[in-house]
Amino acid sequence: MSVRAWITILMLAASAGSAGAQGFADLGSEADGFAIPQRGVPFEFPRDHGAHPDYRIEWWYVTATLTGEDGRDYGVQWTLFRSALAPAETNDWNSPQIWMGHAGLTTPEEHFVAERLARGGIGQAGVTAQPFSAWIDEWVLQGPTLSNVNMRAQGTDFSYDLTLSTDRPFVPQGDRGYSVKSREGQASYYYSQPFYEVTGTLSLPDGPIRVSGNAWLDREWSSQPLSENQTGWDWFSLAFDDGARLMGFLLRERDGASFSSATWITADGTPTPYPDGAFQARPLTTAEVAGRDIPVRWQVTLPDRDLDVTVSALNPQSWMDTSFAYWEGPVRFEGSHAGRGYLEMTGYE
Amino acid sequence: MKRTALAALLSHWRYHPLQLVTLVLGLALATALWSGVQAINAEARASYDRAAQAVGGTRPVITGESGGITRDQYVSLRRAGWQVTPLIEGWIDGGQGRIRLIGIDPLTAPTDMTGGTTVAEGFDLTAFLSGSGQILTSPATANRITSTDLPPVVTVEDLGPGLALTDIGTAQRLLEAPGRIDRLIVRDTQPLTRTPLSEIAPDLELSASGGTADLARLTDSFHLNLTAFGLLSFAVGLFIVHGAIGLAFEQRRALFRTLRALGVPANSLTGLMIMELVMLALLSGLLGVILGYAIAAALIPDVAATLRGLYGVPVEGALSLRPVWWAAGIGISILGALAAAAGVIWKVARLPVLAPARPRAWAMATGSTILYQAAGAALLAIIAVLMGMFGTGLIAGFTMLGALLIAAALLLPAILSLILSLAARFAQGPIAEWFWADTRQQIPGLSLALMALLLALATNIGVGTMVSSFRLTFTGWLDQRLASELYVTARDEAEAAELIEWLRPRTDAILPIWNVDGQVAGAPAEIFGVADHTTYRDNWPLLSSLPDVWDRVADGTGILINEQLARREDLSPGDSLAMPDGWEPTISGVYSDYGNPLAQVLISVEELTMRFPDVERLNFGLRLPPDQVDPLTEALVTEFGLPEENTIDQISIKRFSLEVFDRTFLVSGALNVLTLAVAGFAILTSLLTLASMRLPQLAPAWALGMTRAQLAGLELIRALALALLTALLAIPVGLLLAWVLLAVINVEAFGWRLPMHLFPANWLVLALLALLAAGLAGLWPSIRLSRLQPATLLKVFSHER
Amino acid sequence: MLVSLKDVTKTFPGEDGIVSVLSGVSLDLAAGHSLALTGESGSGKSTLLHIVAGLEQADSGTVKIDGNEVGPMNDAARAELRRNRIGIVFQQFNLIPSLNVTANISFQARLAANHDPARTASLIERLGLSDQAHAFPEQLSGGQQQRVAIGRALAGQPALLLADEPTGNLDEATGDAVIALMLELASETGAGVLMVTHSERLAARLDARAHLSRGQISS
Repeated sequence: MSVRAWITILMLAASAGSAGAQGFADLGSEADGFAIPQRGVPFEFPRDHGAHPDYRIEWWYVTATLTGEDGRDYGVQWTLFRSALAPAETNDWNSPQIWMGHAGLTTPEEHFVAERLARGGIGQAGVTAQPFSAWIDEWVLQGPTLSNVNMRAQGTDFSYDLTLSTDRPFVPQGDRGYSVKSREGQASYYYSQPFYEVTGTLSLPDGPIRVSGNAWLDREWSSQPLSENQTGWDWFSLAFDDGARLMGFLLRERDGASFSSATWITADGTPTPYPDGAFQARPLTTAEVAGRDIPVRWQVTLPDRDLDVTVSALNPQSWMDTSFAYWEGPVRFEGSHAGRGYLEMTGYE
Repeated sequence: MKRTALAALLSHWRYHPLQLVTLVLGLALATALWSGVQAINAEARASYDRAAQAVGGTRPVITGESGGITRDQYVSLRRAGWQVTPLIEGWIDGGQGRIRLIGIDPLTAPTDMTGGTTVAEGFDLTAFLSGSGQILTSPATANRITSTDLPPVVTVEDLGPGLALTDIGTAQRLLEAPGRIDRLIVRDTQPLTRTPLSEIAPDLELSASGGTADLARLTDSFHLNLTAFGLLSFAVGLFIVHGAIGLAFEQRRALFRTLRALGVPANSLTGLMIMELVMLALLSGLLGVILGYAIAAALIPDVAATLRGLYGVPVEGALSLRPVWWAAGIGISILGALAAAAGVIWKVARLPVLAPARPRAWAMATGSTILYQAAGAALLAIIAVLMGMFGTGLIAGFTMLGALLIAAALLLPAILSLILSLAARFAQGPIAEWFWADTRQQIPGLSLALMALLLALATNIGVGTMVSSFRLTFTGWLDQRLASELYVTARDEAEAAELIEWLRPRTDAILPIWNVDGQVAGAPAEIFGVADHTTYRDNWPLLSSLPDVWDRVADGTGILINEQLARREDLSPGDSLAMPDGWEPTISGVYSDYGNPLAQVLISVEELTMRFPDVERLNFGLRLPPDQVDPLTEALVTEFGLPEENTIDQISIKRFSLEVFDRTFLVSGALNVLTLAVAGFAILTSLLTLASMRLPQLAPAWALGMTRAQLAGLELIRALALALLTALLAIPVGLLLAWVLLAVINVEAFGWRLPMHLFPANWLVLALLALLAAGLAGLWPSIRLSRLQPATLLKVFSHER
Repeated sequence: MLVSLKDVTKTFPGEDGIVSVLSGVSLDLAAGHSLALTGESGSGKSTLLHIVAGLEQADSGTVKIDGNEVGPMNDAARAELRRNRIGIVFQQFNLIPSLNVTANISFQARLAANHDPARTASLIERLGLSDQAHAFPEQLSGGQQQRVAIGRALAGQPALLLADEPTGNLDEATGDAVIALMLELASETGAGVLMVTHSERLAARLDARAHLSRGQISS
């Protein structure tokens, strides 16, 4: 087994939940010394913008829907994952913290991907809360504060340099930031910043392009793998033309059932969480992507908000061919509402 | 039609089984030696590749000016966009000898550096990265690790021999070098933009790969040496094949005519001949590959020991079977057979239907053939001289060698013919006259076998002279170079200080032997510091020097360099040399430094400690009366408490060095013997071949009153005489070969030139061996002749019309 | 006509310039008939036989076997003609030393792919070689060897049997017996026979005879 393959499993185990190492009875206990999310613990900013090495897995996840000066749609992804082998951090090569960066840039025709790996402890990757800075190698998400950041990444054939700013509050997901992920009760801490205004430049093989648009940050950390029968998820972030936002995800289960969760966020940042079943998403069309069938058009409904839209991928081939591969790309939707957003899909074999 | 005709062609071999054995065995031997050598080379190269891969393969590297790279420099590079991965190397005690430990960062290392994808069960990245870590090794190396102080060992198939791979953090701990990074490997793919290296870390240097290139360059000469031997043996083997095929052709002339008369077209006949040959070559090739595998398996432990001892290159002492190797062996057998038979096939294709069916005296080449051969020899000699004058590099050296050898071989029949005609002129009595004339007539038929013998003998003399000259020089050089009676190594600097204090009253002198590695003239070099002491002034093996050489070294204005560096960079005393930190001292002398693949510079120890303050100050040479060595060694262990392995006396080093030396040339020796054996076999087959054709020549002599025993005795003497003459001629050829090896090949391959010594006793032994081979080879046909039925001889008169 | 020669000429380079061996030879041989070709040594009769067999080429004139002209044929076509239509008995037998009697006799038939084991077996019996069926040529007497050669020439049931001084290496009594047997077997298979001999006595046993003298037929 190669190191690359191992990292895949490591990341998968921690974030997607294929491993069943933790039985039902262990829920709520402190597995391997890692801390477990608890309901009702309020976020404390800026401290919680930083890393939580006591938790097994954590991410800083930014997706941006952009329009170029050429009038075309673009999508950008910047992600920093943290995965801990042990709930500790040292200041040398023996650090048990492993960092992984993913960068994506989607145009209607092409999809660019890059990946980075690093260990903690030596300064190659990490996150500081104040002043805010998240980095791996030369990739950065760097503010003075997390409300005002510069976001840069590059691969062999693309790069981007974007400025993200907002004056609106961070939005807790789920129950005041306690986001339940299964009927068994696995959960994570989860908050978002869905209101960034973005300007900047993309560098593509054909040359640089000025872009502007919106971006969405997700912050999540946890220690619990997902339930054993959960095979993957479909995660939607939608920005409505009237300024409201919707986050909704579907955790697919082996027997065809699913667990859903959603948060409606008004333009002023007030969240309304929805329990399992309120949010629905149904695949309409699949495309062959990297040798597998993946839904690239969806019907998404949230009856409580009279939402019934068709979500379509900007580029059906938005495949993140990284150690842990998945689909992630910009979407447009129309129907009862219209707007742009991002879609992430995992676990399609 | 084809099957019937092919069966008729093949039935010849059932009728002449000895010829078949000759052909198959000759081809098999040729293939065996060739593919055996190839197998050894391939195995060694695969070892280098595996070893090199673990340290980044052929990728460019970034190194620090003096020694390591700091963690901050590494992170700065990563944060500036450089896709580099850190590496630390060192040696650990595996419990049964040292193991080369390589620390990598699996998160940033390319996949091929981590032993590919075949990590065995039990490997777990979490365990590799955390806690006490893990060590990955090949199964063979794992067997050599018995130490319990090391992290758990996990075996990996694709890892090079003698290598242990571990996480860089673990490696730093095991090597007691916290934070150290030796170099950075630059990955194949880099992002769009990077800050230039000079802006991030100006004292770091980007250079082309170390990796495989280094090991390959280091050992090129050794492998070329083996290849040349393999090729030579193959050529000698092809002489046999050529002879056997030629004979089979001549004996089947009548058959060819009959087949054509009975309606087999010429094209079909040629095709069938080729088919027959390919079938035989397949059979021989298969046999040869199996034989070759046996040869390689027998020799590879010595080759591995040589490469380890002489070059410090780890090679697995076991042979793995590679399918491509089988294919190549059988392929070369077929190609060799076709090459050896090309002339015969050409003749068959053009054979007129009504060609005379009687076996022409095929061996009776005309005088013009001998002249052509002599002309060819002259041409080749000119090529050799031109190569020697204008050629550079090892390939040119070996081309020169090959041209000289073939020229000598081609010239052989002419010279033998000349000698024999002189002998005939001075012969007394009819039998002697007949003997010499008849012997001279045999030369064309035997010439191929005699050429093979000449090549084998000359090679033996040449290589033997080189090895013996080298050994003599090396022994003398060791005496000079290893002047200190005892060598000690302290475990750390504090102990070194105590050691000096402890030793001061017990020895005549304590000479530091401290060195650093650095880049000199664009290649890695060792920089040694020496104290100003009579030990060096009296003994150091200087080849050339300025006046007051040691004073110049002592006052820091002069340095000494080894012969390798001087030859490579064309430097001589009086030139200046750029040293790592911008220092440009004058070269005040050049010394011989056999067995060292690297460039070496000697400076005063004061300069060394001043310019390289980080130098490890642990090794010392001690001067003391020889009878004090053993007591002092014992006292060092029992009284001072130095581990026994940290002391070594002069005699042990010399013994070890000579052992390494002898092992190095063991393989050459073995190949030498094999080549000689093949040549002996060539003579046997040629004599047997001729024996059956010589009846018409012998029958008249018998009819005129010589007894069969007399004839048989003369046949044996003839074989011995020809072998002796060939052996005598082989001596000058061998000495020429030795000169080329010592003065051309060695300089190109190793960077040193050796004085040539002559060893006449060895020549005598070889001449006796040649006589023995020829005697054994001549005995059988001779005995057969003595037991020949008179009727068979009579038939000559009735049959021949 | 089985064999038809018209104005055939052949010259060889000799020591004193070009030597004319055949100068305008014409002759015919009908199927099933036999013709003896006599003449002094060097009269060109062997050359004529070789030309009929396609072993040598005429300088001019036409040579037809079964009405097909041999001259324009290439090596392969001529080899095919020999293989399938012609049996040859040489003066020096030219047996294959590494094959036994049975294999030698069936050899050409196998080459031509019309081998009939029963015929080979009966030939061996008729040739009086039953006891030597597995012997090798060097174990046979001259007469036996020539009988093997005759068997080989006839085993494939050729249309034409060419014999070049077939008794030249045999004593008279043995030669007579061998010729008698050869003609008997040839007439049984209906093969035309063209036999070169210098013996008038043997020539008389054939249907017709042609005398070659100074390169021309004078019958």
